[in-house]
Amino acid sequence: MRAPSGSDVAVGEVLLSVENVSLSFGGVKAVSDVSFNINKGEIRAIIGPNGAGKTSMLNIINGFYHPQQGRITFKGKTRSEMKPHEAAYGGIARTFQNVALFRGMTALDNIMAGRSLKMKSAFIWQLLRHGPAMREEVEHRQRVEEIIDFLKIQEIRRTPVGRLPYGLQKRVELGRALAMEPDLLLLDEPMAGMNIEEKEDMSRFILDVNEHYGTTIALIEHDMGVVMDLSDRVVVLDHGVKIADGTPDEVKANQAVIDAYLGVAH
Amino acid sequence: MAANAAATADTFPKLLIRNAQLFGSRPAMRHKDLGIWQTWTWAEVNDLVRAYAVGLHKLGVKRGETVAIVGANRPRLYWSVMAVQMLGAVPVPVYADAVADELAFVLSHAEVRFAAVEDQEQVDKIQSVKDRLPKLQEMFYDERRGLRDYDHSHLHPMEDIIAAGREALADPKVSAWLDAEIAAGKGSDPSIILYTSGTTGASKGVVLTGERSIKAASDTVAFDHLTEKDVALAYLPLAWVGDHYLNYAQGLVSGFCTACPENSDTAMADLREIGPTFYFAPPRTLELLLTRVMIRMEDAGYLKRKMFHYFIAIARKYGERILNRQPVPLLGRLQYWLGELLVYGPLKNVLGFSKVRVAYTAGEAVGPELFNFYRSIGLNLKQLYGQTEAFLYLTAQPDGEIYSDTVGRTFPNVDLRITPDGEVLFKSPGMFAGYFKDEAKTAEVMTEDGYVKTGDAGFFDEKTGHLKIIDRAKDVGKLNDGTLFPPKYIENKLKFYPNIREAVAYGDKRDFVAVMLNIDLTAVGSWAERNNVVYSSYQELAGHPLVYDMIERHVAEVNRSLAADKVMAGAQIKRFLILHKELDADDGELTRTQKVRRGFIADRYGPLIKALYDGSTEADIATEVTFEDGRKGMIKARVKIRDMQTAPAAGIMGKAA
Repeated sequence: MRAPSGSDVAVGEVLLSVENVSLSFGGVKAVSDVSFNINKGEIRAIIGPNGAGKTSMLNIINGFYHPQQGRITFKGKTRSEMKPHEAAYGGIARTFQNVALFRGMTALDNIMAGRSLKMKSAFIWQLLRHGPAMREEVEHRQRVEEIIDFLKIQEIRRTPVGRLPYGLQKRVELGRALAMEPDLLLLDEPMAGMNIEEKEDMSRFILDVNEHYGTTIALIEHDMGVVMDLSDRVVVLDHGVKIADGTPDEVKANQAVIDAYLGVAH
Repeated sequence: MAANAAATADTFPKLLIRNAQLFGSRPAMRHKDLGIWQTWTWAEVNDLVRAYAVGLHKLGVKRGETVAIVGANRPRLYWSVMAVQMLGAVPVPVYADAVADELAFVLSHAEVRFAAVEDQEQVDKIQSVKDRLPKLQEMFYDERRGLRDYDHSHLHPMEDIIAAGREALADPKVSAWLDAEIAAGKGSDPSIILYTSGTTGASKGVVLTGERSIKAASDTVAFDHLTEKDVALAYLPLAWVGDHYLNYAQGLVSGFCTACPENSDTAMADLREIGPTFYFAPPRTLELLLTRVMIRMEDAGYLKRKMFHYFIAIARKYGERILNRQPVPLLGRLQYWLGELLVYGPLKNVLGFSKVRVAYTAGEAVGPELFNFYRSIGLNLKQLYGQTEAFLYLTAQPDGEIYSDTVGRTFPNVDLRITPDGEVLFKSPGMFAGYFKDEAKTAEVMTEDGYVKTGDAGFFDEKTGHLKIIDRAKDVGKLNDGTLFPPKYIENKLKFYPNIREAVAYGDKRDFVAVMLNIDLTAVGSWAERNNVVYSSYQELAGHPLVYDMIERHVAEVNRSLAADKVMAGAQIKRFLILHKELDADDGELTRTQKVRRGFIADRYGPLIKALYDGSTEADIATEVTFEDGRKGMIKARVKIRDMQTAPAAGIMGKAA
């Protein structure tokens, strides 16, 4: 399904690591000296109370924010900061906390938009509906239909996403991220605002993506049940600082984590 | 032409071969997959099914044994039915949404060794009850998703079986062997076993034979002039006799194309895309479509709404007559033509009905408003009546003789009889060969001279010669003076009014018929707004004298309609009351499928029933109710009772004139 990338990382080895990364917005320290890694093929959860710096962390990996200090190593290449297009071409895709789809476009078109990076024909040829460009579009359309089939959203493929319920919008956004055939998928609170049944569906899809496509996944999530069930390893942030890092069971028993979530009596 | 050729083929596999010869390049099956419609011609289907049959033979399927087919309408499942029939084995379709227990019952009763299933869900269900299915050996599936990591020692993808068969077919000896197997199939052999969903006791397996099925299907294909150019959408359950008849049997006999939708959620959109020429829908689906249309119209702009209502009124005036090719004044024709351009045409297009030549509905009573709406906009909607045991068609409405309250004339070659008790009996070309492994039940349902008891009560309407179905025979009671009392028939007539949500009729072993009614809050509420009736609760609205007046007018109309039937004239409603609270499944008064539980209601509302029959004009009632969170409370009310005039029976009117 995917073309081999330049520096292929073996399963189990480190795909991405952040070292001593710090990010401040003026006086506000969003992330302070955080280091952790993500192994290829695993599901890594990033958890923590509100304001811990989780979305900032994801934005750093993605290249939206540039840290003042620290290094990011992705597929063996180390940088002091990630540029968004480097991340995208490198095979990092993400979804957003508040769903950033093109509201007037149909679900199908939104997911097709995720294929733009893979389109080899120049824009001008697509505009003129030149033969090879059309053939390429058919190929892309097939990939997108496979994703639609995978996510079971056939009945809404031609519905403008602005009209869809929240849960389905999130699924379409996942589809758009999958259309990029990513090596690393960043999910920002994929379960937000969902009831139990919807969460189970989304969990199933996330597991399928990990098993079927072999995609490495980093997700931010508040629902502890989901985190414990889905993830291989968890990193816990609080007030911009890493306070725990390990398997779900290790993290659950960690006193610092319990204090952070439940609060400590003074 | 197709029907004549069918006369020589007495099994479905032989029909398939004939179709490949006569219409080899015409589409036989379509399926929307990955967003586009894939097509297979009759020649391609024939090749595929032959390969599949050889593959199944290699797997060990033998002549005469049963093979389960579990899934929704997908081409490979239909081809599984065909391939199994080619080998002379018997397919046993099961509903895709059956729970594991139901599946276990059917599969073990039918003693299947092989099961053709749609996807992972069905595989999981069957594996979960494997210990109850000692005979089950091999399963094969259509959709690969999710099954990658399963143990494949007794599980196979259908693709592989078909591929293996294709390889083997390259050998001319194998091809000749298959031809011989197909020729060896006799029309009198069982061709399929359809289990009827048992609302009364366990499911029974209805055994149908190829010869009878083809004969019945040939009759209906001729009746509706279906040809190889027609198209139908197969969206109702594959295991249902209607689908086997309307799509499978008629499709093979006439050569028309069967289209399978992408999945059940996209069925309505796929209907639009395919534009079938033949359509079937149960009344509930038609109701839902109409409601959706009406709601969207209410939201439309002023001009569109005015246009819609104006032209629908035109349609009501002339539509039926135009459909029946009866004389219509020129101005009327022009207005209807304009309406077709502006309203009916686009509406039918949106619903997917633009190309439908003939549409049927069956299974429940159809409201006259609903029925007439569709017919008036040009959809040739007709009613039919039948049973699994008859292989569907017993009666159908011919073009030009359409009434909302009948189920049609007896079908050609079908023999219908009505017992003195009102039960309908039949003998038909398609009738079943018996219940599988159940001689006792088969004997129970047949009379000595070979007629089958339907279990339905009905009568032939004198004026039209059509059959009218009243109720299930065992529900029909008698008033103390001997008049037939069919509670559901009367309740349905009342429920056709939007203002009446639910009705419960009593009269068995009583002197007269009395009904308890529920008003519909939405409909009556909006009526109240428009008529300046003030109310602060359902109970108050239900007890309001003006509401009673309005409902009384509806009951009077129902009485008049009952009076028009000699048989029903004595069952007119003499007294009625409006209940102070809605009947609710949470309180046990309705089943989960919204059917009234008359006995339970009679117990609970005993004081009211007593008052209905002892002449009181009002009665007190206190009922316990269950709120949605499970808490219980009491509701007290004083319910008023009204007396009704009954209309004189039609026969008497005639004499006076």
